[in-house]
Amino acid sequence: METAVFLVCALIVLAGGLGVVGSRNPVHSALSLIATLFGIAVLFLNLGAQLLAVVQVIVYTGAIVVLILFVMMLLGGDNEEEFDIEPIAGQRMLAGLVGLLFLGAMLAIIVVGKESIVTGSRSVTQAISTSTSNISQIGRELFTTYVFALEITAGLLTIAVVGAVVLARRPKDLQPLPDEPESLTDMGDVPLTLMHEETGH
Amino acid sequence: MGTNLPLAYLMLSAILFVIGGVGLLIRRNPLVMIMCVELMLNAVNLTFVTFGKMLNDISGQVIVFFVMVVAAAEVVIGLGLIVAVARRKPGASADDLRTLRG
Repeated sequence: METAVFLVCALIVLAGGLGVVGSRNPVHSALSLIATLFGIAVLFLNLGAQLLAVVQVIVYTGAIVVLILFVMMLLGGDNEEEFDIEPIAGQRMLAGLVGLLFLGAMLAIIVVGKESIVTGSRSVTQAISTSTSNISQIGRELFTTYVFALEITAGLLTIAVVGAVVLARRPKDLQPLPDEPESLTDMGDVPLTLMHEETGH
Repeated sequence: MGTNLPLAYLMLSAILFVIGGVGLLIRRNPLVMIMCVELMLNAVNLTFVTFGKMLNDISGQVIVFFVMVVAAAEVVIGLGLIVAVARRKPGASADDLRTLRG
């Protein structure tokens, strides 16, 4: 049963991941990302991490992807990317080659190393408990062993909120970048790279 | 190998990590690049939970919790930057951002 769930979810996760990278339309990428994140949430359940599965659905699909889609709609950034033109010659092939090498190395380590790739001993003090629930055990760890990290996390979130407000505020003297023609700021969603190629720069 | 499920989880997250990394390298739309970073972070999260299960340790799950918080903060700042850039150059791709000033 566990294997069957894993196989189905692995298929969903990989298909979604390829969809994120391969979709021309960013909205389709975001929808594929939701499929991937849901698949991973089910895999978390399969691994016995109930709290993380729920947090995954709420935080990632409920907040992060919605935020990304929101910005996409706000900016009208759903223009399709042109795959035929390659901005840097040979870059895609090189990226694929590096990816394949990296993947090959990691898979080789896993296949050759088997169980021994996980170093360290089985936990004694922080063993996954069968008597208490997953959420209460994680909560206890967060507020005892990792309490300082938790406090720093609160600081990080505050900084992120303040930073987002500062970044998103519209400056009074908004000007186009100096080396670009004035009119480009009013061109809607035409990408600058396309403009340059049409005018023969 | 068929019976050894934890190793299969590790392989899945390795593949997902590479998909995200290659996507980050080849795509030009900044929003899609953020999504690819999310893919990589999720692959690492899956690895953490699998390691936690292999060593019977709750810390793996606690660390994933922190990774999620950092990922949320990163997305907020990234989207803020994208909005700020899009004000000056609508439809800007990663290739248009050559200068760091203003």
